[in-house]
Amino acid sequence: MSAIAEKQTGDTLTSITLPPVTRLDLIKYAGASGDYNPIHTIDGEAEKAGLPGIIAHGMWTMGNLSKLFTPYYEEGFIETYQIRFRGMVFLDDVISLHAEVSEQTEGKITFNVNAKNQKEEDVLKGKVVFKTY
Amino acid sequence: MFEEAIGKGSNKVRNTVERGAVRKFADSIGDAHPIFVDEEAGKASRYGDNIAPPTFPRVFDYGEITGLNLPSKGLIHGEQIYHYERPLLVGEDIHCWTEVKDYKEKAGKSGTMGILSLEGKGEDSEGTLVFRAEQVVIITEAVRKGMEA
Repeated sequence: MSAIAEKQTGDTLTSITLPPVTRLDLIKYAGASGDYNPIHTIDGEAEKAGLPGIIAHGMWTMGNLSKLFTPYYEEGFIETYQIRFRGMVFLDDVISLHAEVSEQTEGKITFNVNAKNQKEEDVLKGKVVFKTY
Repeated sequence: MFEEAIGKGSNKVRNTVERGAVRKFADSIGDAHPIFVDEEAGKASRYGDNIAPPTFPRVFDYGEITGLNLPSKGLIHGEQIYHYERPLLVGEDIHCWTEVKDYKEKAGKSGTMGILSLEGKGEDSEGTLVFRAEQVVIITEAVRKGMEA
């Protein structure tokens, strides 16, 4: 792992591919976050809402995406984390997490970040500004 | 239908960044890194204690906004932005509140959508701002009709 401060425009952080999404992942996130909206955990409620099945909390995926930056907290921290939720994440989807440097200025590194499903569709997209000490 | 709520806010609520809550949260997003969960690693870090993941403020209580009654079902989370002055430290108290920043209605394919922007804030015990959390929530026509009924 090289220092984050040495990253140049176009450089990437090591991508992560998550194991297929399980119901237990979402039950755990519901409990840990306090978001008990039943479309994330109960099939019947998701169907009533017009969905083909339960969907992941957008915030679960956003939470996962931030771990690309976790190894770098001795160098700095996430100052801005902006995400647009683009697509739904279903059970058994395989989500991959990506970050690429878009801008590098004194003390700040800006990344384009996204999470994709197995069809290479963005499920969420945004940016991270990492402030270095 | 939420135009009147613009500018309204909640009262501050004291939250604690609880060690167990941070551990569970980090685990639930597959990020049980020592900086979040290992006490020794926290002490040895530049922060002198463990910190919380950036999306942890989802856990906090921001209080109720009088007159803003959002449906419990059918809301779509459109966008989320966190802005930090520094990371949250495990064990500290954070005072949180929220405010309605904006509400617009926009015609779309499946009827008129309501777009509600909320901004949560958290400050430490000295009253220094630690983070802002902006949230854009989409309320579909079907859900709004359900509320009016």
